[in-house]
Amino acid sequence: MQLEEQTITIDGQKIPFQSGQTIMDAALAAKIYIPHLCYHPEFKPHGSCRLCTVMVNGRYESACTMPSVAGQEILNNTKELNENRRALTQMLFVEGNHICPGCPKTGNCQLQAVAYYVGMLSSHYQHFYPYRDLDPSHPDYVVDFNRCILCELCVRASRDVDKKNIFAISGRGIKAHLIINSPSGKLEDTDFAVGDKAAFVCPVGAILRKRTRYTTPIGERLYDKQSIRIVGDSQQLHAGATKYGRK
Amino acid sequence: MIESLEGKRGVPRNRPPFPVTQGYLNKPTVVNNVETFALAARIAVYGGDGFAALGTKQSKGTKLLSISGDCLRPGIYEFPFGVSVREVLEACNAQDTQAVQISGAAGTCLSAKEFDRKIAFEDVATGGSVMIFNRQRDLLEVVRNFAHFFVHESCGFCTPCRVGTSLLKNLVEKVYTNHGTADDLKDMSYISQVLKTASHCGLGQTASNHIADTLKKFPEIYHKRLLVEANFEPAFDLDSALEDARQITGRKDEMAYL
Repeated sequence: MQLEEQTITIDGQKIPFQSGQTIMDAALAAKIYIPHLCYHPEFKPHGSCRLCTVMVNGRYESACTMPSVAGQEILNNTKELNENRRALTQMLFVEGNHICPGCPKTGNCQLQAVAYYVGMLSSHYQHFYPYRDLDPSHPDYVVDFNRCILCELCVRASRDVDKKNIFAISGRGIKAHLIINSPSGKLEDTDFAVGDKAAFVCPVGAILRKRTRYTTPIGERLYDKQSIRIVGDSQQLHAGATKYGRK
Repeated sequence: MIESLEGKRGVPRNRPPFPVTQGYLNKPTVVNNVETFALAARIAVYGGDGFAALGTKQSKGTKLLSISGDCLRPGIYEFPFGVSVREVLEACNAQDTQAVQISGAAGTCLSAKEFDRKIAFEDVATGGSVMIFNRQRDLLEVVRNFAHFFVHESCGFCTPCRVGTSLLKNLVEKVYTNHGTADDLKDMSYISQVLKTASHCGLGQTASNHIADTLKKFPEIYHKRLLVEANFEPAFDLDSALEDARQITGRKDEMAYL
C-alpha cells in the first residue's frame, strides 16, 4: 500500500507537509509567500507580529505557530487578509520612528518590503513619535531603538544561539521596548561581537553593522529589485544564514 | 499566568499546545477559576442531576453574577442560566437603564432593546460581570474609561493589541474632545476589526468590543460630538505644538500664531 502524502490547501493550491511543520514551514517549502516579520526558520516561532494571520478552516490563526494538519483549508492571499496586514504594518510604522529615506537599511528592510507588498501608501494612523535612544557605543554595531519592531529575533538569537542573553524586552503594553542587558544599558558593555547570530537577524534597521551600511548603493538592494514575495527574508543576505524551508 | 509561574515575562503562550497537554513546566495543567472548581465539587458531592435540571439545554446550572453600577442593590447574585437581562435588572432594582455591559470591559454592551436576551453560552455569555448604566450616564465616558483600561492591560506582545489599543484610545479622546470626524469613526471601526481578527490572545481579540458595540448600538454618543460632518480633521494640533517654542522664545507676536 502506498503511503498517502499529507496535504493542506492554501488558496486552493494543495501542498504537501511533513509532520511537525507549521503552516508557514509548509508554505515556504512550497514557495508560497505568507507575509511575516517575527518569523525566522531557524528559531522557535514567536507569533507576535501577526502579519502571517491566515484563515484556517474559518478561524484566524497565525501561520507561523499553527501546526499543519492534513486537510486544512487555508486562505492566505485574500483582499481582507492583505488589508489586515496593511493595517498591522501601518501600526508598526506609527509606533516607532521609521524614516525610510534616512535609514541605512532602506531597500534591505523587511518592514519596508512588506509595506510595499501590502500596498501601503501612507502610514495613515496618527504617529506616536516616541522618544527613543540611539546606542552607537559599540565599536562595530549601532543600535537604533527608533526602528525596533519588537520581533524579538535578536533576543532569541542572543539567548538561544549565542548563549549571551544580550537583548531583552522590558516594559508592558505600548511601553514595551528593547533593552540591552548590561549595567550601563550600553552595547559596548556586553560581549556582543561581529560573528554573533544576533548581529544578523534584525529584519529592520535597528541593529546595523558600522562602516558597511552603504557598501551596496541605494537602488541596487534586495527589495529595490524584487518583491519580498519573490526573494524572501533579508537574512539570506548574510553568509551562513539558511534559506527558508531547508535547514 | 503559567509563564509568570515559571518566572518568565507575563505574556500569553502560543496555543496549541494547550495547557491540558503542556502547561506549567510543560506538564498537563488545569487552569480554571474558583467558580468552576466550586461547581465541580458540588456536582461531585451531590451528583449531576440537580445541577443539570437548572439552566438551559446548552447552559446547565447556575451562574454567579457580580452586579455593579446604577442599581439600588448591587452585589453577588446567583441565577440559573437562561435568566434574561431584564430579570437581572429587576432583581437588583435598576431604574431607567440605558445600557448593560455584560462580562466586563471586554464583553458585550447591550442596549435597552436587548434586555430580553438571556444570559447563557448560547446567547450572551459572561464571566459574571454585569455593569449597569442609567440614562444619566454619558456612555462615551464609559467607552473612554474602557479604552484607557485596555491600553493599560495590553501586555505589548502582539502588534494589533499593543498599537491598536493606543490608537483606539487616541481616537476616542479625539472624539471626546470634539475634534473627531466621520473618518475617525470609520478608523475606529476598522481598527476594532483588526484587533478582533489578528490579536494573539483573547484580551486583544475582545479589547475593541466596547467600541464596536457602542458604534453600532449607540452611534449618537459619537455623532453628537463630531466637530463637523467633515471627513478629516488632523490629529496634529499645530497651535499647541508651537506653544513650547513660543514659551522658550518668549514670543507673543502675531507671527508666532499660525
